[in-house]
Order: sequence, then C-alpha cells, then structure tokens
Amino acid sequence: MRAAAIVPPMPDDWCIRRSVHRDFQGLRCEMEARPEAFKALCRWTAETLGYAFAGLVVEQHREEWLLRYLFHATAARALALEARGSRPSATEDGANGASACGWIHVLLRQPLAQVNFPSLSDSIHAADWHEREAEDLFGLIFEGHPSLGDFVLHDDAWQEGLAPMRKEFDGRKPPALRSPNPDWRPERIVHAPGVFAMPIGPIYSGTAESVHFMLETVGEDVIRAVPRLFYKYRAVEKIAEGRRAEDVLLLAERFNGIAAFAHGLAFVQALEAISAMEVPARALALRVLLAELERLRHHTGAIQEICESTALVVAASQAAMLEEELLRLSCELTGHRYLYGLLACGGLSRDLQDAAIRSAVVRARGILERLESLEEKLVRTSSFLDRLEEVGIVTEAEALAFGVVGPIARACGVARDLRIVQPYCSYADYPFEVPLEIEGDGYARLRVLFAEARQSMALIEQAFARLAQGPVRAAHVNVAAGAALGWTEAPLGAALHWLRIDARGAVVRYRVIPPSFANWHVFHRAAEAFAFQDFPIILASFGLSVAENDR
Amino acid sequence: MSRWVLSGLRAGIRSTRYPAQPDEAPGVSAGFPSGRGLAQGDSGEVVQRCPTGALHRDGGRIAVDPRRCIHCFRCARARDAVAWESGYEWATFSGGGPLTNAFRRSVHVRVVDAGDCGACLHEVKQIANPYYNAHRLGFFFTPTPRQADVLLVVGAGTDQMRTALEKAYAAMPTPRRVIAVGACALSGGIFGPSFACSDGVGSIVPVDIEVPGHPPPPLAILHALLLVTGRASPAEWNASGDELGAERGR
Repeated sequence: MRAAAIVPPMPDDWCIRRSVHRDFQGLRCEMEARPEAFKALCRWTAETLGYAFAGLVVEQHREEWLLRYLFHATAARALALEARGSRPSATEDGANGASACGWIHVLLRQPLAQVNFPSLSDSIHAADWHEREAEDLFGLIFEGHPSLGDFVLHDDAWQEGLAPMRKEFDGRKPPALRSPNPDWRPERIVHAPGVFAMPIGPIYSGTAESVHFMLETVGEDVIRAVPRLFYKYRAVEKIAEGRRAEDVLLLAERFNGIAAFAHGLAFVQALEAISAMEVPARALALRVLLAELERLRHHTGAIQEICESTALVVAASQAAMLEEELLRLSCELTGHRYLYGLLACGGLSRDLQDAAIRSAVVRARGILERLESLEEKLVRTSSFLDRLEEVGIVTEAEALAFGVVGPIARACGVARDLRIVQPYCSYADYPFEVPLEIEGDGYARLRVLFAEARQSMALIEQAFARLAQGPVRAAHVNVAAGAALGWTEAPLGAALHWLRIDARGAVVRYRVIPPSFANWHVFHRAAEAFAFQDFPIILASFGLSVAENDR
Repeated sequence: MSRWVLSGLRAGIRSTRYPAQPDEAPGVSAGFPSGRGLAQGDSGEVVQRCPTGALHRDGGRIAVDPRRCIHCFRCARARDAVAWESGYEWATFSGGGPLTNAFRRSVHVRVVDAGDCGACLHEVKQIANPYYNAHRLGFFFTPTPRQADVLLVVGAGTDQMRTALEKAYAAMPTPRRVIAVGACALSGGIFGPSFACSDGVGSIVPVDIEVPGHPPPPLAILHALLLVTGRASPAEWNASGDELGAERGR
C-alpha cells in the first residue's frame, strides 16, 4: 500500500520553536507560533493535517500569557495510519514530525501587559466558546470576536472585567466590589411580526438541571434557541489552585457526579504523566472495567430520559429500573453508587474481589439483555419513533465546525472516540468498534446509545477475562513539578484535564475541558427550525450535562 | 401499544416496602463513617486525613459530622480505619418541624438545583422510579413553586443561582418547608465557600430539614419527605453532631 499522502511542508518561519515529545502517553508535538503566523499555523493544523481542535488552555505565568491550543488526531487518520502498518517516524513527513503525533499543542506567548489576542473563531468555530470563556475569566480580548461578555459570569450578577481566574484575584472570599447590571435583559435576536419569546429556566420542569433557554418562536417553529449556561459555575478551576493534587482529585470526581469516574480518571492520568508513574496492570484493567460500567449506567439513564420525554411511561419506567439496578450493582461492587473515592494517583484506592467482579459482570450482562429487549420494543413503536426521526438534526458539517464530541458526533458520521484515537489505560489491548450513524437526528443518537451500551458490556467482559493478579496501586508515589494533559472518553465524549503542579505537589493551574462544553455549543443548531413541542425531546436526545459544562 | 401494557404488567411490582418495612436490598446506600473509639496510644491520625473536617476528636473517640462528609473513603481505607455503617434514615430537623396534619398524606415538591454536581439531583429523580415509587406515599414533583409545599434544594448554592432560589422560595405559599439535600447543600462540601459559591444553601434560604450524604440515596430523600409530613422520626446522629448543629443554629 502506498504511504499516506505526504503532508505539504509548512513555512519554516511560522514557528519560533518546535519539539516532539515521546512518553508513555504517546507522541506530542509542541509548536510555538509567531504571533503574526498564529492563525495560519492553526488553520494548517486543522485543515491540512486534519487535526481536530479540542480546546484552549490559558495559563498566566509570572511574566507572560501562555495560550495552548490543543489539537488531536482524528479517528479516520489513526485508522489510515494503522492500515499502512506503521505510523510515520518523527522525521519522515513534511510536517517535521507533527503529523505522526497524537496531539499537537500550538502555543502562543505574550507579555502579561498585552491582553489582546487574535481571535481564532472565525477560522475554527469550535474555538468560539473557549475565547468567550477566557475573556470572562482572564480578561483577555480576542480581536475580531463578535460576541464577548456575559458568558460564564452573568452580567446581572457580576460586573464586567472581574477576571477571577487571574492569579491576583483571591477566589476564597467574595470580592469587595460587586456591581451587577440591574437592567440586564436577555438579548432578543429575532425581530419580526408575531415573534414570541418563551423564556425557560433556570428553574423549570420536574428535576432538571439549572439552565436557561430563550426560545424565540413564530407560531410553532422555534427560530432561535440560545442556551444561557453557567448558573452552576462553582469555579472549580479557580478553587483548585493552591490545593494539593490529591485534594483536587476530589474536585475532579465531584464536579460532575454522573460521570465521576471518567473525569477522575482523566485527572489522575494527567498527574501520573507528570510524575512518570507506572500504574499496575490490574489497576489499568479495573479502570477500564469501571469506566465502562459507568458508561453503561449513564447511557441507560440517557435512554430513560428519551423515553420519558416522549411520554412513553412503561418504557421510561423499565429503563429507570435498569438504571437503578446498575446503581445498586456499582454500590455493591465498589462501595459507592457513583463510583466516588475509588481512584487514586498510581492506581485505585482499593482492590476488588475477583468473585465480586465476576458476579457483577454476570448481572450487568443480564441487565444489558433486558436493555436490548427494551430496544427491540422501542424500534417497533411507531409513535415513539415519530418523535425522534428527522428531529433535532446535527449535520456532519456542523459537528465538525463546532467540534462536537461523543455520542452526538458519532450519530452524525464523525467517528471520534479517544479510546481509539488516543488509547489510554489498556484500551489498545481490547478490540471494540465505535458505533457510527450518519443521520444525526434524535433516533440516530438513540441507536448510538444502545450500540455503545453493548460495546461497554463487551469491554467489561474483556477487561475481566484478562484481569491480572497483583497490586492495584503503584508502590511509590513520587511527586514532581510539571504539567501534562490527561484525557478520557467520558460517557458524553472527550474529557480533557490539563494540570500543572509545583514541586510540593500543589496545583498551579487546572483546566477542565468537558464534552458538554463542546456539545452545548452546537445544541441551538439542532433545536432551531423544529416545532416547539420537539424541544424537550431534542434536549433529552442530546442528554447533556449542565454540571459538567458549568464546572 | 398492547405490547407495552403487557410488558408493564409482566414486570410486576418492584417497589420497596419502605417505610412499612426497612429496605435491606444490597446497594441501596453507600452508608456513612460512624467514627470509632480511641484506644491507648491511638493518635487519631485519621482525623487529619479528612479533607472537609467531617471527622473530629471528641474526648475518647473520633466523631463524624455527617453534614461535611463527601464520601472520599479516605478514613475507611486508611490503616487505622474508622467503622462504616449502612442505613439511610439520615434526615434531621434543623429549623421548623413537620408541616401541619393537613399535609400528612401528601405534599408537592419543587426541586431546585442550586449548583449540584448532578448526583444528588439524579438521586432525587430516582425516587420517582418504580423501585422507590414516591407517588405511592403521596409525594409529587411540581413544576412551579407556587404550588409547592416543600422546596427541595440540591447543590452548594452558587452565586448565579442565588436570585432564582430566593425568588422560588418567595413564590411559595405558606406553610412551607425547605429540605437541603446533600453535603454540598449543607456545608458547601468541597466547593464552598468561595467567590462563586456559598457555604451551603442555608445562607440563601432558611433550611428546615437536612439530609446528609454525598449523594444521599433515594431512601434517605424519602425519609426526609416522610419527616416533613410527620410520618417518620429524625435520625439520631452522635451527640457531638447535634452539638455542632446547635452551634450552627445560633
């Protein structure tokens, strides 16, 4: 087979510095851009190399700003390299090694006094919300960005320019100055005769998370549906600073309870990468098993929400029973219904008995079989399918432009899954498929959830079958200063945790890029142009977490 | 459609017998640390390991403040571990007592998420599932605070939810009760106090019933609702826990 197309070289003068790092996390390329060539370099990474923009990490160092734009290789690319038999070596391609790397970090440095940065969001739309967040929290200005302000910090609660993430801001107590804008009103975008604005939230429905939607409708059709998030902003990134890394693990686990294990895992992987710590094989396999158990439970819950949103009461009740059984199973196996307190730096905080795992795996298989019989009934219920088919569509082009991740991306033909693209734990050892649908509607998302639940069960069984004996925690926990990225494929998609710690093990910078942040960004595209009555169903078929987004 | 009716009937009745009988099914609750006595030469080092100060030395024993426990299990998996107890009847009164007899059979509950991680809210949602079936006990979720007798608050009380929470409370008819659910709502947990978050929802609305746990399991939330309607008795935490409660009340 012919080698993959040679990547055209990029001009030498775009980068100030370029380096390729190899460690047990794989290959990573860091390219520090010249400010004037920064946008061209990012576009080249995204468009020519075909890397996906994954997030922005802003760091305030003593004398300068360091902006780190994260890109990762996409599934299609990893598979193409696989098909070639080998990945290119660090020197053989025209991109000077960059295209062999799983991750590319594009760096941009500026002196502290200079807070104006070029806005990337006109070329890479997925950077839009990251820039808005950095503007609110760090007081950076992204030149050319059309809509800054009132994002994380609401203008009706805080004044503009507070910049709480700056080092000089004390996050432990309420700020002395507080002058919100009392006249703040949600912006009305649609101006036409007969337009009706329907505000929903932040307190709405039975047991919904706090989020606000301004639905602007003409008759039945929703023209604009812009969510207002961050009512639940707990400043996790700020309050982590100065705490010991092992205490920040508690934050990582607890800022989003329904995907606690996935986020905790991303965090400890960052910590283990910093101190180059080797995790015992048994702990790696157990981590896979528990992460997949969490995914299975999460997806069962997401399916339950979809059934409930369509008022199919029997199906919703049956899915709710399965979810409760999975919660009980998790509790029996690990001591906690949401898997809290299991992860530790260097492994797990406790071992699990083989007999207990075996019984849990058998019971989980039984629960999955009942989930499959529910699926069989659902796909034969036309009144249910009518509410989902061709409703709430996200196109592949939109998914790529907005950097959508997780089951929502995989329901519209974007086969991205960090377990395959950037394997961690022992995922590389287990064969499994990434379910893919192309329609991008609510029904496609439902099918992806069912298919992923099956894959999770298969992974649980494989992890158990190959479970080695031995310790579950590294014998030595060494602490070193440094920074690293940890990542997992959380139930809702790619979860990235960037961590920098000092030599005493205290956290200097902690950045969480959760999947819901990327996916809420595209949500309005799915809700718009559909009827008002479809809104709750579209919301349920997205299954997004507000806690995960708000942090 | 008949398929669904049959399938629903075939599933049978799964609901717990609680409160008529205790529910002893495995996995319904993560339990709580229950403290332990201090033997000769025991330095009580485990107290230092608690990240939220939920453990403290109380004379000759280590006592637990359930309001602060976030289930990190550090004290349970340490060499000098504290004891762990199961159970779920954890709710206590911290302000007003039960509602009047008129509400004994049924209350309507408005749930407010004031910055929850999703776990407490999820457990609140579970009380409506067939295993717990809160409807059989006369507990209903209502979409509006104007029809609510009980405000059930989860989350640490973020700054940006403060106004919404105050408005929801103000919109309720009297008599009304506020239940704070989970360690974050009771003490701020690991999130508060900070510039963005309070040290529990008690600083925003007056809390009448406290349900500790991280998250409290559905049965603990049912216990709190039974407490509000005067159909259960409050949990008896160890003496020092009550003492802390009294201190906080002042």
